[in-house]
Amino acid sequence: MTDLLTLAASAAGSGLPLGITEGGAWLLRNVWLIPLLPALSFVGILFFGKRLPKGGSELGIAFVGIAFVLALFTAVAWIDHRDDFHGEEVTRTVAVAEHHDEHGDEHHGGHGHPSLAVHNTVTWFQSNGVEFTVGTLVDGPAVMMLVVVTLVSLLVHVYSTDYVAGDRRYTHFFAFLSLFSASMLLLVVSENTLQLLVAWELVGVCSFALIGHWWEEKPNSDAALKAFLTNRVGDMGLLVGVTILFFTVGSALPGQFGSFSIAETNALANAGALSHTALLVASCCLMAAVMSKSGQFFLHTWLPDAMAGPTPVSALIHAATMVVAGVFMIARMYGVFFEGFSIGGSSINMMALVGGLTTLVGASLAFVQSDIKKVLAYSTISQLGYMVMALGVGAWTAAMFHLFTHAFFKACLFLGSGSAAHAVHSFDMKADMGGLRKEMPHTFRTFVIGSIALAGLPPLAGFWSKDEILVGTGGWGLFGGTGGNGAYTFMLVMGIATAALTAAYMTRCVYLTFFGEFRGHGHPHESGPRIVVPLWILAGLAIVAGFLNLPKGFPLVPDSLQERFGHFVEPVAGYFPTIAHGTPSWSLAIFSTLVVAAAIGVAYRYYFVKVEAASKACGKSLTELPNGPTTKYPLARRGHNLLVQKYYLDHLYTDVIAGGTKGPLADVAYSVNQNVIDGVVNAAGENAVKAGNLVYHRFDQLVVDGVVNTSGRASSGAGEELRKIQTGKVQGYAAILFAAATVLAGVFIVIV
Amino acid sequence: MLLNQFLLLSAVLFAIGVYGVLARRNGVLVLMSIELILNAVNINLVAFSALRETVGGEVFALFVIAVAAAEVGVGLAMVLLLYRNRRSIDLTEIDLMRG
Repeated sequence: MTDLLTLAASAAGSGLPLGITEGGAWLLRNVWLIPLLPALSFVGILFFGKRLPKGGSELGIAFVGIAFVLALFTAVAWIDHRDDFHGEEVTRTVAVAEHHDEHGDEHHGGHGHPSLAVHNTVTWFQSNGVEFTVGTLVDGPAVMMLVVVTLVSLLVHVYSTDYVAGDRRYTHFFAFLSLFSASMLLLVVSENTLQLLVAWELVGVCSFALIGHWWEEKPNSDAALKAFLTNRVGDMGLLVGVTILFFTVGSALPGQFGSFSIAETNALANAGALSHTALLVASCCLMAAVMSKSGQFFLHTWLPDAMAGPTPVSALIHAATMVVAGVFMIARMYGVFFEGFSIGGSSINMMALVGGLTTLVGASLAFVQSDIKKVLAYSTISQLGYMVMALGVGAWTAAMFHLFTHAFFKACLFLGSGSAAHAVHSFDMKADMGGLRKEMPHTFRTFVIGSIALAGLPPLAGFWSKDEILVGTGGWGLFGGTGGNGAYTFMLVMGIATAALTAAYMTRCVYLTFFGEFRGHGHPHESGPRIVVPLWILAGLAIVAGFLNLPKGFPLVPDSLQERFGHFVEPVAGYFPTIAHGTPSWSLAIFSTLVVAAAIGVAYRYYFVKVEAASKACGKSLTELPNGPTTKYPLARRGHNLLVQKYYLDHLYTDVIAGGTKGPLADVAYSVNQNVIDGVVNAAGENAVKAGNLVYHRFDQLVVDGVVNTSGRASSGAGEELRKIQTGKVQGYAAILFAAATVLAGVFIVIV
Repeated sequence: MLLNQFLLLSAVLFAIGVYGVLARRNGVLVLMSIELILNAVNINLVAFSALRETVGGEVFALFVIAVAAAEVGVGLAMVLLLYRNRRSIDLTEIDLMRG
């Protein structure tokens, strides 16, 4: 507990410190410039793109490039701000301060200085005493996301100029890439949940438009619709959750109806001022949104289908940035989730369970795909599950760190798969790839780097973030490693199992794509520099990004270089809950590395040794053993079939749920229609006819028509008489005029 | 001040004007008669203005003159067009508006 926070709290009397400030560096206060730039680029490309020499792509690259530079400066400004800002903190005056003080001592314990988020709002509109604001809330996670989104977006823009070159809707493609970047950046700096919701829907729309980029083919437009509709299910949850939070916060704020403010909502939830039931319900609703947007089990089915979009889109939207919107939203509303799901206790909660199941489901499904992008899509689902699971067990920093490293290596893998597919004009690893390492050395090397990072072998990025998540589960009791927020042993087991599966399916993927003999047609060749350079940049980041958050007590570096990421990204403020941190454990790191190595070994022995030998023996390039376990053992075959059918989830949705409801629903609707609605309508109709007849004969014919006819006759007769003086002769009129004037004059003289 | 003379002059002018408007068949003469009526009014305005020693009536007379000029412009243009189309400016023949 620092003096600054105490000072602020005591100065405001019963005020609740929100951990936000209105001050700070200019760039931190005006961070809205960063989403504005790609938004401008979207408008510019839309109106002038077709007339520009490069079809609008130069506009997109320039604006996103500037946004990236600004994001970097913002990050630098934040690093300065994090420790050295001594401005005034904004506090909220509510009657919950004593509650806060009760656990004030342990609050922020061990973190030292609080990190005041920079808050800047303007009033959007006012209605019924409620102020609706738009603005920015800039803190560690927001700045981290700004950098990641702009960087990956910039690289994807550059990559796309080659990948979609000559496409019919080239300009349209870049316009939507820009709009997507703008929406995602808006989402990460959102100050209130309403703004978050708007940005959330915007990224959904962009995703829809980009998945269906080649909509002339039915599967592509179907995939776009599926993504959109599945997301709609979750969006309802978000809408309901945001509304519940709005009124729940309103109940705690004196004299106020409600509030959308993220900082206030979290701070009140942390202070225990909000009802636990309301928070639990709101968390469940928000969780539905996360499940659809971030592809969590059982709403993940849209994500593999979304691979119908162009590969750069898959890399940008369906791996690195958009799908982490859900994860980011949990991180943003962590106070709510932390209280709502009681993450501090060690009982298994919905978030950790959903995340854990998703990692396993995604990783197991990645095994049976022959489409390289679908392998990566299921891998994305699995890794997103990792992040959600980490958030569910209270390892917030680990989840954010994994988001950060995952963005780089997954974008690298996706762009690499696009590069390979670009060369062979197909995504099918089994039919059209194989042996590409000779023709495409750069793609091969970057893909392998990405795969190792994803599998989590030290010292690449994925190892560090994965290890932190495993530590965060706290289930590891050996050799003194302790978890932060209780022992989630079950999650630890799922995490380690997923790590093994991940390593194995990536080995399979690398073998099928780059080893063996080429099975496709034509002569593939390495992609151009606009594809290879982004690949190498991302591969480089996939190697080094992990060093940003070396665990505490890591021996090779000085203390000041440990946990840098956690220090700058994790908020230590009123709007962020007090989370305990796990202690890193050597034995866990070594154990998980051994598991990963063993999994790679098993997959290596199967593909690189056995399949290779079988291929040599029969003279053509095989992808599986001719007498593998699926042909030998019926149980394995059944398991394999279950995976090929994606756990029958698509069947469940389209045949059982949609098909099962639409028949009975139609029957019920028909009988209701025939008996109830038609009865009401018929009776109403008959009575209306009777009443109509009565009215017609009695009222309409006699009264109304009588009045109308009389008035008609009267005006007709008057007209007959008056037309006589309408001679058309000017002098006749003049005579009448003068006569009338004379009469009037006479009248005036007599009266006045 | 001898107001009555002015009023009498104006009444005579007005009566002549009214007679001209009602009785003459020539369009130009009717317009001229209208001018007489207007100027009868002007004489009244100026006379009363002089009596009450204010300028309001004189200013108003100036406005009447200006408007009368415009009115004559329009009226003569109409008479000219009538003549072109019908070779006559006899107002009794112009009764297209008869009901």
